[in-house]
Amino acid sequence: MNRLSVKLPNLDLDNPIIPASGTFGFGYEFSEYYDINILGSFSFKGTTLEKRFGNKTPRIAETYAGMLNSIGLQNPGVHDVLNVELVKLKEVFSKKVIANIGGSTFEDYIEAVTIISQSDIVGAIELNISCPNVNAGGMVFGTNKDIAFKLTKAVKRHTHLPVYVKLSPNVTNIVEIAKEVERAGADAISMINTLVGMRIDLKTGKPILANNYGGLSGPAIKSVALKMVHQVYQAVNIPIIGMGGIMNANDVLEMMYAGATAVQIGTANLIDPLACKNIIEELPSVLDKYGIKNIREIIGRAHL
Amino acid sequence: MNNKYLIISNDLIAKDTYKLIFKGDIQKNILPGQFINIKIEDGYKFLLRRPISICDHNGNYITIIYKILGEGTEVLSKMKAGETIDILLPLGNGFTIMTGPNKQLLVGGGVGIPPLYLLASKMIEQRIDFKVILGFNTFEDIFLVEEFKALGVEVFVSTMDNSFGIKGNVMDVIKQLNIDYDYYYSCGPAKMLNNLVRTKILGQLSFEERMGCGFGACMGCTYKTKTSSKRICKEGPVLESSEVLVDE
Repeated sequence: MNRLSVKLPNLDLDNPIIPASGTFGFGYEFSEYYDINILGSFSFKGTTLEKRFGNKTPRIAETYAGMLNSIGLQNPGVHDVLNVELVKLKEVFSKKVIANIGGSTFEDYIEAVTIISQSDIVGAIELNISCPNVNAGGMVFGTNKDIAFKLTKAVKRHTHLPVYVKLSPNVTNIVEIAKEVERAGADAISMINTLVGMRIDLKTGKPILANNYGGLSGPAIKSVALKMVHQVYQAVNIPIIGMGGIMNANDVLEMMYAGATAVQIGTANLIDPLACKNIIEELPSVLDKYGIKNIREIIGRAHL
Repeated sequence: MNNKYLIISNDLIAKDTYKLIFKGDIQKNILPGQFINIKIEDGYKFLLRRPISICDHNGNYITIIYKILGEGTEVLSKMKAGETIDILLPLGNGFTIMTGPNKQLLVGGGVGIPPLYLLASKMIEQRIDFKVILGFNTFEDIFLVEEFKALGVEVFVSTMDNSFGIKGNVMDVIKQLNIDYDYYYSCGPAKMLNNLVRTKILGQLSFEERMGCGFGACMGCTYKTKTSSKRICKEGPVLESSEVLVDE
């Protein structure tokens, strides 16, 4: 058996590497750089019921070892995703994808999930209740445990696919929210979305991002993500997809030691389009280095 | 994919402005108006790449001209010949050279000027007649003027503070000298580009925006046109004047 393979609900992955939503578009553009079928899976760009332009630019800023984004869920709407983007994707990708779905109201989420569930290449829903860059919905749903519970439960009723819930780190107690979404029927948890930050331009005295604040990602947040995955692993029985600042194969191991079954790679894709490919190729030698026969045996090792 | 390139030279050519020449195995066709995306140094301090337009290209050599605008470009300015840098290239759509119009104009402002140089060289190869207007803030900012003149084209220079050439911005030059043109290519500050669009004369404009990736993945640099959303890094940086939204 393949020493890198791992299992998530409804997804048998050849390796634990999943490009994170918002850093990989709808995948096909990366096939200019490499054969994306080597990936475990990938989570496509956060999709909402209606088409969205997103926030005003500038919506990218840099900080040491990290970046801020305030995109605001720009996407062509779930109908175009289903009928245009996923059709293009299917030409270059033969595995199942994870559908990242956002929304402003319960009805939006439910309708978008219902529609995207018709696609035969979607293997799981990733319920985005943690986008920090939209005014209505988004993170509001993910920072209140009662709303998170109700939304997860409602969405579960409208899809035959497993629902992975993507959590926000911008909360006082992430464990509490993880437990609530598990109780509501979530099949997995993906964590963490970005932390909220800002930068100010010294010449103008104004925030760099037009939206003032944005989501911080990159190596700067890795230790926070590890800690949260470590905490949630102790409190839930469903698998965790860990993310936050993973740049290389060592980081993958560290995140899996903390308790992740698979990992998502985000910011690294933006700096090097080959990041995921390099990590996948690097993994076997890193496993050898630490005397690991197969990667499944390290999930949650930090808790032993 | 090997992204490593060798720096041949990196010299100060005007105030805070550097000309960097690098060399590598450049297989792809390079169009004027395309850009490169540079990783400033190994490690994570400067996490994102810096997009900089291509000024000139000859075989395996590419020239860029950049200005120190922050900590990243400051580090770049200290790099020396013989060092290697990690670059993605070429990115973006580039200018499309038009053969129909016969009174064409190249209009550049400040650090927006470099991509117009490669464009000018290509237009000369195609025997297209055109004039060049270059606007700077002040005398000590001026660069590339002699190189444009060496191509054998007519070049008009302006400075905002009247320290060299015509006083004012590029639009003042067009007005004062009553320059007659039927098509233009431009790169420079957004205000200048928008002023050109308001003239209703058709042209192509290269826009700038803060980018995450530079190759279409992150949706960071989206620009709203009259009919759609375009990624400045992918469907841009060059847009047609007819699609640019400006207040009249």
